[in-house]
Amino acid sequence: MTDITNTPAAEHEAQLGDYFALFKPRVMQLVVFTALVGMLAAPVSVHPVVGFAAILFVAIGAGASGALNMWWDADIDQIMRRTQSRPIPAGKVQPGEALALGVALSGMSVMMLGLAANLLAAAMLLFTILFYAVFYTMWLKRRTPQNIVIGGAAGAFPPVIGWIIATGSFSIEAWLMFALIFMWTPPHFWALALFMRSDYDDADVPMLTVTHGRPATRRHILAYTMVLAVLAVGTGFTAIGGWIYLSFAIVLNAMFLLGAYRIWQRDEDASEADNYKVERKFFRLSLFYLFLHFGAILVEATLRPWGLGGW
Amino acid sequence: MNMRTEHEIHNRRRGRNVGVGLMLGAFVILVMVLTFVKITQTDFTKAMGAPAPQSQESN
Repeated sequence: MTDITNTPAAEHEAQLGDYFALFKPRVMQLVVFTALVGMLAAPVSVHPVVGFAAILFVAIGAGASGALNMWWDADIDQIMRRTQSRPIPAGKVQPGEALALGVALSGMSVMMLGLAANLLAAAMLLFTILFYAVFYTMWLKRRTPQNIVIGGAAGAFPPVIGWIIATGSFSIEAWLMFALIFMWTPPHFWALALFMRSDYDDADVPMLTVTHGRPATRRHILAYTMVLAVLAVGTGFTAIGGWIYLSFAIVLNAMFLLGAYRIWQRDEDASEADNYKVERKFFRLSLFYLFLHFGAILVEATLRPWGLGGW
Repeated sequence: MNMRTEHEIHNRRRGRNVGVGLMLGAFVILVMVLTFVKITQTDFTKAMGAPAPQSQESN
């Protein structure tokens, strides 16, 4: 008897959703949101169709770099609990498919962004894809405990790209939005590394928790959070800030600083006793932290035409 | 030999193919609309009024 479902190809045949999972949809959400805020906060208006297309191509570029990351990291994704269900380690998508999809969509997104917006935005998107897929994924991630710090820059470029889509040039405000994500990334991931105890050790990824120990990681979280708080509140006094943003920034950074201070004060025994309650809470807050900061910048930009936003 | 014309895998493949087809269709429409917007936004009057490029004279 011939049964089509008995063939290995049929058993593992990927669905559309499996390919979509290669694009790291959660990271894409952040990319789309921050790029959109960067574009709308700029002092130049963009035609809605051009803006929609440009942000879509930025999202596709980000997704493509995610697929390249999953292709390269398939071996360690198989080891880490957090990543075991990704399409390649789960056997749903072949590594070659992820590579082909990543390369093809990277090229398409850069080319289309160049046509839809401008060449500088396209060049910046290409730089971001290469920075994440090659510089971070292939080179830094497995070599240095500073992987998260430098690699975080890749996730910080989208608001700069959004700004360039609208203006065609760089500016201090765009780089402030970059700095906000850049300084936020390390405390966010180090908090995760503190309570996802064995994942990075097992996969031999040199996270700070593995190379410098957990007390050093706690000190680093506090130090980065202090610099981040200064930057985040300082942004409130620039052209993209205003009293709404500043109010949000003061409250959120006070909460974030308090969380980092509590993490710094604790030792491993205390953390293990309550199953890393403080670290988990800090991690959850970090997710809202970034969305609310960029949300406040968006509110300021939206209200500006009515003379309500900004200073 | 049990050969069914419709199998679960056919349905799955159909779902995937329809999804890809819709995405390609949406992409074509997006490029068309984008082209329309780009053309209507561009001020062609200025370009037409500009001095014509000098043609090379052949000897």
